[in-house]
Amino acid sequence: MTTIQKTLSDAALAQLMPMSMCISGEGMITFAGPTLNKICPGRELVGAHVLEVFEVKRPRGTHALAQLLKQLGGQVHLGFVGQKDKGTLRGVWARTEDGGAVINLSFGIGVVDAVSTYDLNLGDFAPTDLAVEMLYLVEAKSAVTGELNSLTRRLENARNEAEKRAFTDTLTGLHNRRAMDAALARLIDGARDFALVHIDLDFFKQVNDTYGHAAGDHVLVHVAKVLCAEIEEDDLAVRIGGDEFLLILADCVSREALMKIALRVIDGLEVPIDFGDAVCRISASIGIAQSTLYAEPNADRILADTDTATYASKHAGRAQATMFEDLKSQQKQAAV
Amino acid sequence: MHGLINRSLQIFLQDNYGPAKWVEMSKKAGAPTEGFEAMLSYDTGVTHALLESAESVLGKPRAALLEDLGSFIVSHGNEERVRRLLRFGGEDFVGFLHSLEDLRDRAQLAVPDLDMPVIEVRDEPPTRFQLICSEPFPGTSQVLQGVLWAMADDYGALVLIDLVPPSKPGEAAEISIELLDSSHTEGRSFRLASGAG
Repeated sequence: MTTIQKTLSDAALAQLMPMSMCISGEGMITFAGPTLNKICPGRELVGAHVLEVFEVKRPRGTHALAQLLKQLGGQVHLGFVGQKDKGTLRGVWARTEDGGAVINLSFGIGVVDAVSTYDLNLGDFAPTDLAVEMLYLVEAKSAVTGELNSLTRRLENARNEAEKRAFTDTLTGLHNRRAMDAALARLIDGARDFALVHIDLDFFKQVNDTYGHAAGDHVLVHVAKVLCAEIEEDDLAVRIGGDEFLLILADCVSREALMKIALRVIDGLEVPIDFGDAVCRISASIGIAQSTLYAEPNADRILADTDTATYASKHAGRAQATMFEDLKSQQKQAAV
Repeated sequence: MHGLINRSLQIFLQDNYGPAKWVEMSKKAGAPTEGFEAMLSYDTGVTHALLESAESVLGKPRAALLEDLGSFIVSHGNEERVRRLLRFGGEDFVGFLHSLEDLRDRAQLAVPDLDMPVIEVRDEPPTRFQLICSEPFPGTSQVLQGVLWAMADDYGALVLIDLVPPSKPGEAAEISIELLDSSHTEGRSFRLASGAG
Protein backbone atom coordinates (compact mmCIF):
# COMPACT_ATOMS: atom_id res chain seq x y z
CA MET A 1 0.00 0.00 0.00
CA THR A 2 1.33 3.37 -0.92
CA THR A 3 1.13 6.01 1.74
CA ILE A 4 1.61 9.62 0.83
CA GLN A 5 1.79 12.19 3.55
CA LYS A 6 -0.76 14.86 2.77
CA THR A 7 -1.35 17.92 4.83
CA LEU A 8 -3.72 20.64 3.77
CA SER A 9 -3.93 24.07 5.34
CA ASP A 10 -7.36 25.44 6.30
CA ALA A 11 -7.07 27.90 3.43
CA ALA A 12 -6.43 25.09 0.97
CA LEU A 13 -9.33 23.07 2.34
CA ALA A 14 -11.57 26.14 2.12
CA GLN A 15 -10.64 26.58 -1.50
CA LEU A 16 -11.00 22.95 -2.49
CA MET A 17 -14.13 22.19 -0.50
CA PRO A 18 -15.97 25.30 0.71
CA MET A 19 -18.76 23.11 2.12
CA SER A 20 -16.50 20.78 4.12
CA MET A 21 -15.74 20.44 7.83
CA CYS A 22 -13.22 18.55 9.90
CA ILE A 23 -14.10 16.91 13.20
CA SER A 24 -11.92 15.44 15.88
CA GLY A 25 -12.28 11.89 17.19
CA GLU A 26 -14.52 13.31 19.93
CA GLY A 27 -16.76 14.99 17.39
CA MET A 28 -15.63 18.58 17.91
CA ILE A 29 -15.66 20.70 14.75
CA THR A 30 -12.10 21.85 14.09
CA PHE A 31 -12.63 23.42 10.69
CA ALA A 32 -15.65 24.62 8.71
CA GLY A 33 -15.52 25.78 5.08
CA PRO A 34 -16.67 29.32 4.20
CA THR A 35 -19.92 28.26 2.49
CA LEU A 36 -20.84 25.98 5.38
CA ASN A 37 -20.30 28.90 7.74
CA LYS A 38 -22.43 31.11 5.48
CA ILE A 39 -25.43 28.80 5.72
CA CYS A 40 -25.21 28.69 9.53
CA PRO A 41 -25.43 32.41 10.23
CA GLY A 42 -24.93 33.54 13.82
CA ARG A 43 -23.43 30.24 14.81
CA GLU A 44 -19.76 29.60 15.48
CA LEU A 45 -19.20 26.15 14.01
CA VAL A 46 -15.57 25.68 14.98
CA GLY A 47 -15.45 24.58 18.61
CA ALA A 48 -19.00 23.24 18.64
CA HIS A 49 -19.79 19.53 18.82
CA VAL A 50 -20.94 18.27 15.43
CA LEU A 51 -24.11 16.70 16.91
CA GLU A 52 -25.11 20.02 18.52
CA VAL A 53 -25.43 21.47 15.04
CA PHE A 54 -26.13 18.53 12.74
CA GLU A 55 -28.41 15.56 12.96
CA VAL A 56 -27.29 12.37 11.16
CA LYS A 57 -30.16 11.31 8.88
CA ARG A 58 -28.24 8.67 6.96
CA PRO A 59 -26.98 6.10 7.57
CA ARG A 60 -30.31 5.59 9.35
CA GLY A 61 -30.28 4.80 13.03
CA THR A 62 -26.82 6.21 13.54
CA HIS A 63 -27.05 8.26 16.68
CA ALA A 64 -23.69 7.75 18.25
CA LEU A 65 -20.92 9.40 16.35
CA ALA A 66 -18.45 6.84 17.67
CA GLN A 67 -20.37 4.21 15.79
CA LEU A 68 -20.02 6.17 12.57
CA LEU A 69 -16.35 6.82 13.08
CA LYS A 70 -15.63 3.12 13.45
CA GLN A 71 -15.97 2.86 9.71
CA LEU A 72 -13.45 4.20 7.26
CA GLY A 73 -15.87 6.52 5.55
CA GLY A 74 -19.02 6.59 3.49
CA GLN A 75 -22.02 8.64 2.51
CA VAL A 76 -23.84 10.76 4.99
CA HIS A 77 -26.99 12.92 5.03
CA LEU A 78 -27.05 15.66 7.63
CA GLY A 79 -29.99 17.74 8.80
CA PHE A 80 -29.86 20.78 11.06
CA VAL A 81 -30.73 20.18 14.70
CA GLY A 82 -34.09 21.76 15.49
CA GLN A 83 -34.50 23.25 11.99
CA LYS A 84 -36.40 20.74 9.89
CA ASP A 85 -37.27 23.33 7.22
CA LYS A 86 -33.61 23.94 6.43
CA GLY A 87 -33.44 20.74 4.43
CA THR A 88 -30.82 18.07 4.26
CA LEU A 89 -27.19 18.27 3.17
CA ARG A 90 -25.68 15.33 1.34
CA GLY A 91 -22.06 14.43 1.63
CA VAL A 92 -19.27 12.00 1.94
CA TRP A 93 -16.86 11.58 4.84
CA ALA A 94 -13.51 9.92 5.29
CA ARG A 95 -11.58 9.16 8.46
CA THR A 96 -8.36 11.01 9.04
CA GLU A 97 -5.25 9.56 10.55
CA ASP A 98 -5.80 11.32 13.85
CA GLY A 99 -9.06 9.40 14.33
CA GLY A 100 -11.27 12.31 13.29
CA ALA A 101 -12.97 12.82 9.93
CA VAL A 102 -13.34 15.17 6.98
CA ILE A 103 -16.92 15.57 5.81
CA ASN A 104 -17.58 17.23 2.45
CA LEU A 105 -21.16 18.36 1.96
CA SER A 106 -23.39 19.60 -0.85
CA PHE A 107 -26.97 20.80 -1.27
CA GLY A 108 -27.96 18.04 -3.69
CA ILE A 109 -31.20 18.84 -5.49
CA GLY A 110 -32.01 21.42 -2.79
CA VAL A 111 -29.48 23.80 -4.33
CA VAL A 112 -32.16 25.83 -6.13
CA ASP A 113 -33.83 26.77 -2.85
CA ALA A 114 -30.52 27.08 -1.03
CA VAL A 115 -29.14 29.82 -3.30
CA SER A 116 -32.09 32.05 -2.58
CA THR A 117 -32.40 31.14 1.12
CA TYR A 118 -28.72 31.85 1.83
CA ASP A 119 -28.09 34.29 -1.01
CA LEU A 120 -25.24 32.20 -2.37
CA ASN A 121 -23.11 33.29 -5.29
CA LEU A 122 -20.73 31.88 -7.85
CA GLY A 123 -17.78 32.13 -5.46
CA ASP A 124 -19.56 30.06 -2.82
CA PHE A 125 -19.24 26.94 -4.94
CA ALA A 126 -16.08 25.05 -5.79
CA PRO A 127 -15.39 25.20 -9.54
CA THR A 128 -15.65 21.41 -9.61
CA ASP A 129 -19.16 21.57 -8.16
CA LEU A 130 -21.74 21.39 -10.94
CA ALA A 131 -24.28 23.26 -8.79
CA VAL A 132 -23.91 26.43 -10.83
CA GLU A 133 -24.36 24.52 -14.09
CA MET A 134 -27.49 23.03 -12.62
CA LEU A 135 -28.85 26.44 -11.68
CA TYR A 136 -28.02 27.66 -15.15
CA LEU A 137 -29.90 24.74 -16.64
CA VAL A 138 -32.91 25.24 -14.39
CA GLU A 139 -33.11 28.86 -15.51
CA ALA A 140 -32.54 28.07 -19.19
CA LYS A 141 -35.10 25.28 -18.99
CA SER A 142 -37.76 27.55 -17.47
CA ALA A 143 -37.13 30.09 -20.21
CA VAL A 144 -37.51 27.47 -22.92
CA THR A 145 -40.56 25.94 -21.26
CA GLY A 146 -42.08 29.40 -21.02
CA GLU A 147 -41.59 29.94 -24.74
CA LEU A 148 -42.99 26.51 -25.55
CA ASN A 149 -46.02 27.11 -23.33
CA SER A 150 -46.82 30.38 -25.00
CA LEU A 151 -46.37 28.77 -28.42
CA THR A 152 -48.78 26.00 -27.40
CA ARG A 153 -51.28 28.60 -26.19
CA ARG A 154 -51.11 30.53 -29.44
CA LEU A 155 -51.50 27.34 -31.48
CA GLU A 156 -54.45 26.27 -29.35
CA ASN A 157 -56.16 29.62 -29.90
CA ALA A 158 -55.47 29.41 -33.63
CA ARG A 159 -56.90 25.89 -33.71
CA ASN A 160 -60.08 26.96 -31.91
CA GLU A 161 -60.42 29.91 -34.23
CA ALA A 162 -59.94 27.72 -37.31
CA GLU A 163 -62.43 25.19 -35.98
CA LYS A 164 -64.99 27.89 -35.34
CA ARG A 165 -64.47 29.27 -38.83
CA ALA A 166 -64.81 25.80 -40.35
CA PHE A 167 -68.28 25.51 -38.77
CA THR A 168 -69.45 29.04 -39.42
CA ASP A 169 -71.08 30.76 -42.37
CA THR A 170 -68.93 33.85 -42.81
CA LEU A 171 -71.68 36.21 -44.04
CA THR A 172 -74.33 35.57 -41.41
CA GLY A 173 -72.31 34.08 -38.55
CA LEU A 174 -74.77 31.17 -38.47
CA HIS A 175 -73.52 27.60 -38.54
CA ASN A 176 -72.81 25.95 -41.89
CA ARG A 177 -73.51 22.57 -43.42
CA ARG A 178 -70.50 20.97 -41.76
CA ALA A 179 -71.77 22.05 -38.36
CA MET A 180 -75.24 20.78 -39.31
CA ASP A 181 -73.89 17.32 -40.18
CA ALA A 182 -71.99 17.14 -36.89
CA ALA A 183 -74.99 18.29 -34.85
CA LEU A 184 -77.39 15.83 -36.50
CA ALA A 185 -74.93 12.95 -35.98
CA ARG A 186 -74.64 13.93 -32.31
CA LEU A 187 -78.40 14.04 -31.79
CA ILE A 188 -79.01 10.75 -33.58
CA ASP A 189 -76.13 8.99 -31.78
CA GLY A 190 -77.43 10.30 -28.47
CA ALA A 191 -80.94 9.05 -29.35
CA ARG A 192 -82.37 12.51 -28.64
CA ASP A 193 -85.65 13.70 -30.11
CA PHE A 194 -85.41 16.72 -32.36
CA ALA A 195 -87.17 18.60 -35.12
CA LEU A 196 -85.88 20.19 -38.30
CA VAL A 197 -87.43 23.43 -39.51
CA HIS A 198 -86.38 24.11 -43.09
CA ILE A 199 -86.76 27.71 -44.23
CA ASP A 200 -86.64 28.69 -47.87
CA LEU A 201 -86.88 32.45 -48.46
CA ASP A 202 -89.60 33.73 -50.77
CA PHE A 203 -88.99 36.72 -53.09
CA PHE A 204 -85.28 36.80 -52.19
CA LYS A 205 -84.28 36.62 -55.86
CA GLN A 206 -86.33 39.75 -56.55
CA VAL A 207 -84.48 41.63 -53.80
CA ASN A 208 -81.16 40.62 -55.32
CA ASP A 209 -82.25 41.45 -58.87
CA THR A 210 -83.85 44.79 -57.95
CA TYR A 211 -81.51 46.21 -55.33
CA GLY A 212 -78.27 44.29 -55.91
CA HIS A 213 -76.20 41.81 -53.96
CA ALA A 214 -75.34 44.21 -51.15
CA ALA A 215 -79.06 44.45 -50.37
CA GLY A 216 -79.32 40.65 -50.63
CA ASP A 217 -76.48 40.21 -48.14
CA HIS A 218 -78.10 42.72 -45.82
CA VAL A 219 -81.35 40.74 -45.93
CA LEU A 220 -79.55 37.45 -45.23
CA VAL A 221 -77.90 38.95 -42.14
CA HIS A 222 -81.33 40.16 -41.02
CA VAL A 223 -82.79 36.67 -41.53
CA ALA A 224 -80.03 35.24 -39.33
CA LYS A 225 -81.08 37.62 -36.53
CA VAL A 226 -84.72 36.58 -36.80
CA LEU A 227 -83.77 32.88 -36.67
CA CYS A 228 -81.39 33.28 -33.77
CA ALA A 229 -84.24 34.73 -31.71
CA GLU A 230 -86.03 31.37 -32.02
CA ILE A 231 -83.32 29.04 -30.77
CA GLU A 232 -82.21 27.93 -27.35
CA GLU A 233 -78.87 26.80 -26.04
CA ASP A 234 -78.92 23.27 -27.47
CA ASP A 235 -80.39 24.34 -30.83
CA LEU A 236 -78.63 25.30 -34.02
CA ALA A 237 -79.44 27.84 -36.73
CA VAL A 238 -77.79 26.87 -40.01
CA ARG A 239 -77.44 28.54 -43.38
CA ILE A 240 -77.41 25.53 -45.67
CA GLY A 241 -77.23 27.35 -48.98
CA GLY A 242 -77.90 30.66 -50.76
CA ASP A 243 -81.31 31.50 -49.29
CA GLU A 244 -82.01 28.26 -47.47
CA PHE A 245 -81.85 27.94 -43.71
CA LEU A 246 -82.44 25.22 -41.15
CA LEU A 247 -83.26 25.24 -37.47
CA ILE A 248 -82.25 22.13 -35.54
CA LEU A 249 -84.39 22.11 -32.42
CA ALA A 250 -83.41 19.60 -29.75
CA ASP A 251 -86.11 17.95 -27.58
CA CYS A 252 -88.86 19.95 -29.33
CA VAL A 253 -91.26 17.72 -31.26
CA SER A 254 -94.78 18.94 -30.42
CA ARG A 255 -96.52 20.07 -33.60
CA GLU A 256 -98.20 23.02 -31.84
CA ALA A 257 -94.88 24.37 -30.60
CA LEU A 258 -93.21 23.82 -33.98
CA MET A 259 -96.03 25.49 -35.93
CA LYS A 260 -95.91 28.44 -33.55
CA ILE A 261 -92.19 28.85 -34.14
CA ALA A 262 -92.64 28.55 -37.91
CA LEU A 263 -95.37 31.18 -38.01
CA ARG A 264 -93.34 33.52 -35.79
CA VAL A 265 -90.43 33.16 -38.21
CA ILE A 266 -92.65 33.96 -41.19
CA ASP A 267 -94.10 37.00 -39.36
CA GLY A 268 -90.62 38.14 -38.43
CA LEU A 269 -89.33 37.80 -41.98
CA GLU A 270 -92.30 39.62 -43.49
CA VAL A 271 -91.47 42.81 -41.60
CA PRO A 272 -90.06 45.10 -44.35
CA ILE A 273 -86.27 45.48 -44.19
CA ASP A 274 -84.73 48.89 -44.86
CA PHE A 275 -81.61 49.02 -46.95
CA GLY A 276 -80.60 52.59 -47.66
CA ASP A 277 -83.55 54.09 -49.51
CA ALA A 278 -84.82 50.66 -50.56
CA VAL A 279 -87.35 48.63 -48.63
CA CYS A 280 -86.91 44.89 -49.07
CA ARG A 281 -89.84 42.55 -48.61
CA ILE A 282 -89.47 38.81 -48.28
CA SER A 283 -91.30 35.90 -46.75
CA ALA A 284 -90.56 32.22 -46.27
CA SER A 285 -91.85 28.76 -47.12
CA ILE A 286 -91.24 26.34 -44.33
CA GLY A 287 -91.17 22.55 -44.01
CA ILE A 288 -90.97 20.71 -40.70
CA ALA A 289 -90.15 17.12 -39.76
CA GLN A 290 -89.61 15.50 -36.35
CA SER A 291 -87.21 12.68 -35.61
CA THR A 292 -90.05 10.89 -33.78
CA LEU A 293 -91.70 10.09 -37.15
CA TYR A 294 -88.99 7.48 -37.78
CA ALA A 295 -88.24 4.17 -36.13
CA GLU A 296 -84.58 4.69 -36.97
CA PRO A 297 -83.92 8.36 -37.67
CA ASN A 298 -81.48 9.02 -40.51
CA ALA A 299 -80.16 12.52 -41.18
CA ASP A 300 -80.41 12.40 -45.00
CA ARG A 301 -83.90 10.97 -44.87
CA ILE A 302 -85.24 13.59 -42.44
CA LEU A 303 -83.62 16.38 -44.44
CA ALA A 304 -85.18 15.09 -47.65
CA ASP A 305 -88.59 14.96 -45.96
CA THR A 306 -88.35 18.55 -44.66
CA ASP A 307 -87.48 19.51 -48.24
CA THR A 308 -90.64 17.79 -49.45
CA ALA A 309 -92.69 19.67 -46.86
CA THR A 310 -91.08 22.98 -47.85
CA TYR A 311 -91.88 22.27 -51.49
CA ALA A 312 -95.49 21.66 -50.49
CA SER A 313 -95.57 25.08 -48.79
CA LYS A 314 -94.19 26.76 -51.93
CA HIS A 315 -96.63 24.86 -54.08
CA ALA A 316 -99.56 25.89 -51.89
CA GLY A 317 -98.79 29.60 -52.44
CA ARG A 318 -95.72 30.39 -50.25
CA ALA A 319 -95.51 32.21 -46.90
CA GLN A 320 -96.69 29.21 -44.99
CA ALA A 321 -95.46 26.18 -43.05
CA THR A 322 -96.13 22.47 -43.67
CA MET A 323 -95.60 19.56 -41.28
CA PHE A 324 -94.24 16.50 -43.06
CA GLU A 325 -96.43 14.27 -40.86
CA ASP A 326 -99.52 15.89 -42.46
CA LEU A 327 -98.25 15.08 -45.94
CA LYS A 328 -97.73 11.51 -44.84
CA SER A 329 -101.27 11.11 -43.54
CA GLN A 330 -102.67 12.78 -46.71
CA GLN A 331 -100.67 10.31 -48.80
CA LYS A 332 -102.10 7.47 -46.73
CA GLN A 333 -105.64 8.79 -47.13
CA ALA A 334 -105.09 9.20 -50.87
CA ALA A 335 -103.89 5.62 -51.05
CA VAL A 336 -107.02 4.41 -49.20
CA MET B 1 -32.04 29.59 -38.60
CA HIS B 2 -33.37 29.08 -35.11
CA GLY B 3 -36.50 31.05 -34.25
CA LEU B 4 -34.84 32.39 -31.09
CA ILE B 5 -32.30 34.26 -33.21
CA ASN B 6 -34.87 35.57 -35.69
CA ARG B 7 -37.14 36.60 -32.85
CA SER B 8 -34.32 38.46 -31.09
CA LEU B 9 -33.65 40.33 -34.31
CA GLN B 10 -37.36 41.08 -34.68
CA ILE B 11 -37.76 42.42 -31.14
CA PHE B 12 -34.57 44.46 -31.51
CA LEU B 13 -35.90 46.08 -34.71
CA GLN B 14 -39.40 46.62 -33.30
CA ASP B 15 -38.23 48.10 -30.00
CA ASN B 16 -35.56 50.34 -31.47
CA TYR B 17 -37.23 51.55 -34.65
CA GLY B 18 -40.96 51.19 -34.00
CA PRO B 19 -43.74 48.95 -35.30
CA ALA B 20 -44.23 50.85 -38.56
CA LYS B 21 -40.60 50.40 -39.61
CA TRP B 22 -40.80 46.72 -38.60
CA VAL B 23 -43.77 46.18 -40.88
CA GLU B 24 -41.94 47.90 -43.71
CA MET B 25 -38.76 45.86 -43.22
CA SER B 26 -40.47 42.51 -42.73
CA LYS B 27 -42.74 42.99 -45.76
CA LYS B 28 -39.81 43.93 -47.92
CA ALA B 29 -37.90 40.86 -46.73
CA GLY B 30 -40.84 38.46 -47.00
CA ALA B 31 -40.51 37.76 -43.26
CA PRO B 32 -43.62 37.12 -41.13
CA THR B 33 -44.91 40.57 -40.21
CA GLU B 34 -46.80 39.13 -37.23
CA GLY B 35 -43.41 37.96 -35.91
CA PHE B 36 -41.26 34.86 -35.59
CA GLU B 37 -41.98 31.97 -33.26
CA ALA B 38 -39.04 31.53 -30.89
CA MET B 39 -39.30 27.75 -30.86
CA LEU B 40 -39.62 27.09 -34.59
CA SER B 41 -36.96 26.90 -37.25
CA TYR B 42 -36.80 29.20 -40.28
CA ASP B 43 -34.96 29.21 -43.55
CA THR B 44 -31.69 31.12 -43.20
CA GLY B 45 -32.57 33.10 -46.32
CA VAL B 46 -35.27 34.95 -44.35
CA THR B 47 -32.68 36.20 -41.84
CA HIS B 48 -30.40 37.41 -44.66
CA ALA B 49 -33.29 39.15 -46.38
CA LEU B 50 -34.43 40.78 -43.14
CA LEU B 51 -30.95 42.13 -42.42
CA GLU B 52 -30.71 43.42 -45.97
CA SER B 53 -34.03 45.24 -45.80
CA ALA B 54 -33.15 46.62 -42.33
CA GLU B 55 -29.94 48.02 -43.78
CA SER B 56 -31.73 49.78 -46.62
CA VAL B 57 -34.81 50.94 -44.68
CA LEU B 58 -32.76 52.27 -41.75
CA GLY B 59 -29.78 53.39 -43.83
CA LYS B 60 -27.45 51.76 -41.34
CA PRO B 61 -24.51 49.47 -42.15
CA ARG B 62 -24.96 45.82 -41.24
CA ALA B 63 -21.93 45.70 -38.93
CA ALA B 64 -23.35 48.48 -36.75
CA LEU B 65 -26.81 46.87 -36.74
CA LEU B 66 -25.40 43.51 -35.63
CA GLU B 67 -23.29 45.07 -32.92
CA ASP B 68 -26.32 46.94 -31.57
CA LEU B 69 -28.29 43.70 -31.73
CA GLY B 70 -25.65 41.99 -29.56
CA SER B 71 -25.82 44.73 -26.93
CA PHE B 72 -29.61 44.74 -27.09
CA ILE B 73 -29.87 41.00 -26.47
CA VAL B 74 -27.91 41.42 -23.24
CA SER B 75 -29.32 44.63 -21.88
CA HIS B 76 -32.95 44.61 -23.05
CA GLY B 77 -35.48 42.07 -24.14
CA ASN B 78 -36.87 39.01 -22.45
CA GLU B 79 -36.50 39.98 -18.79
CA GLU B 80 -32.69 40.00 -19.15
CA ARG B 81 -32.59 36.25 -19.47
CA VAL B 82 -29.56 36.26 -21.75
CA ARG B 83 -27.67 38.56 -19.42
CA ARG B 84 -28.37 36.29 -16.46
CA LEU B 85 -27.42 33.15 -18.33
CA LEU B 86 -24.15 34.78 -19.39
CA ARG B 87 -23.42 35.98 -15.86
CA PHE B 88 -23.50 32.37 -14.72
CA GLY B 89 -20.21 32.06 -16.60
CA GLY B 90 -17.96 33.87 -14.20
CA GLU B 91 -17.62 36.06 -11.14
CA ASP B 92 -15.69 38.77 -12.96
CA PHE B 93 -15.21 39.87 -16.56
CA VAL B 94 -12.13 37.67 -17.02
CA GLY B 95 -14.03 34.65 -15.69
CA PHE B 96 -16.80 35.53 -18.10
CA LEU B 97 -14.36 35.73 -21.05
CA HIS B 98 -12.98 32.30 -20.19
CA SER B 99 -16.50 30.88 -19.94
CA LEU B 100 -17.11 31.84 -23.58
CA GLU B 101 -15.30 28.65 -24.57
CA ASP B 102 -18.23 26.77 -23.01
CA LEU B 103 -20.86 29.07 -24.52
CA ARG B 104 -21.78 26.76 -27.38
CA ASP B 105 -22.06 23.67 -25.16
CA ARG B 106 -24.00 25.54 -22.51
CA ALA B 107 -26.46 26.97 -24.98
CA GLN B 108 -26.99 23.59 -26.56
CA LEU B 109 -27.68 22.00 -23.17
CA ALA B 110 -30.79 24.18 -23.07
CA VAL B 111 -31.64 24.41 -26.78
CA PRO B 112 -29.94 21.53 -28.64
CA ASP B 113 -30.51 22.86 -32.15
CA LEU B 114 -29.27 26.40 -31.47
CA ASP B 115 -26.26 27.04 -33.73
CA MET B 116 -23.79 29.04 -31.64
CA PRO B 117 -20.26 30.05 -32.56
CA VAL B 118 -17.23 28.06 -31.42
CA ILE B 119 -15.10 30.48 -29.43
CA GLU B 120 -11.49 29.98 -28.47
CA VAL B 121 -10.07 32.28 -25.79
CA ARG B 122 -6.35 33.05 -25.77
CA ASP B 123 -4.84 34.90 -22.84
CA GLU B 124 -2.07 37.39 -23.51
CA PRO B 125 -1.14 38.36 -19.97
CA PRO B 126 -1.54 40.54 -18.18
CA THR B 127 -4.49 42.37 -19.77
CA ARG B 128 -5.00 41.25 -23.34
CA PHE B 129 -7.31 38.54 -24.63
CA GLN B 130 -7.81 37.19 -28.10
CA LEU B 131 -11.11 35.53 -29.07
CA ILE B 132 -11.21 33.34 -32.16
CA CYS B 133 -14.86 33.17 -33.11
CA SER B 134 -16.36 30.93 -35.80
CA GLU B 135 -19.20 32.30 -37.89
CA PRO B 136 -22.10 29.85 -38.28
CA PHE B 137 -23.88 32.87 -39.76
CA PRO B 138 -21.98 35.74 -41.42
CA GLY B 139 -21.76 38.56 -38.90
CA THR B 140 -21.88 36.35 -35.79
CA SER B 141 -18.67 37.94 -34.49
CA GLN B 142 -20.20 41.41 -34.81
CA VAL B 143 -23.11 40.31 -32.63
CA LEU B 144 -20.59 38.88 -30.16
CA GLN B 145 -18.78 42.22 -30.15
CA GLY B 146 -22.00 43.92 -29.05
CA VAL B 147 -22.52 41.25 -26.40
CA LEU B 148 -18.98 41.86 -25.10
CA TRP B 149 -19.53 45.63 -24.82
CA ALA B 150 -22.73 45.11 -22.87
CA MET B 151 -21.26 42.45 -20.59
CA ALA B 152 -18.18 44.57 -19.85
CA ASP B 153 -20.60 47.28 -18.81
CA ASP B 154 -22.53 44.79 -16.70
CA TYR B 155 -19.39 43.69 -14.84
CA GLY B 156 -18.20 47.28 -14.53
CA ALA B 157 -15.08 46.62 -16.61
CA LEU B 158 -13.41 49.21 -18.85
CA VAL B 159 -12.28 47.54 -22.08
CA LEU B 160 -11.13 48.20 -25.63
CA ILE B 161 -12.56 45.81 -28.19
CA ASP B 162 -11.24 45.42 -31.70
CA LEU B 163 -12.75 43.15 -34.33
CA VAL B 164 -11.00 41.75 -37.38
CA PRO B 165 -13.77 40.16 -39.48
CA PRO B 166 -13.00 36.93 -41.35
CA SER B 167 -11.13 37.48 -44.60
CA LYS B 168 -13.26 34.87 -46.33
CA PRO B 169 -16.83 33.76 -45.54
CA GLY B 170 -16.83 30.70 -43.33
CA GLU B 171 -13.53 31.55 -41.64
CA ALA B 172 -13.15 32.64 -38.05
CA ALA B 173 -13.09 36.24 -36.87
CA GLU B 174 -10.61 37.62 -34.35
CA ILE B 175 -11.66 39.83 -31.52
CA SER B 176 -8.97 41.38 -29.38
CA ILE B 177 -9.85 42.75 -25.99
CA GLU B 178 -7.76 44.97 -23.80
CA LEU B 179 -8.88 45.08 -20.20
CA LEU B 180 -7.99 48.56 -18.96
CA ASP B 181 -9.74 48.33 -15.59
CA SER B 182 -11.65 45.32 -14.31
CA SER B 183 -13.57 47.37 -11.74
CA HIS B 184 -13.96 50.72 -13.45
CA THR B 185 -17.53 51.02 -12.17
CA GLU B 186 -19.42 48.95 -9.67
CA GLY B 187 -21.22 47.11 -12.43
CA ARG B 188 -24.60 45.55 -11.88
CA SER B 189 -25.31 43.08 -9.14
CA PHE B 190 -25.93 39.47 -9.99
CA ARG B 191 -27.44 36.85 -7.76
CA LEU B 192 -27.67 33.18 -8.56
CA ALA B 193 -31.20 32.95 -7.22
CA SER B 194 -33.53 33.53 -10.17
CA GLY B 195 -35.73 36.59 -10.07
CA ALA B 196 -33.17 38.29 -7.80
CA GLY B 197 -31.51 40.41 -10.51
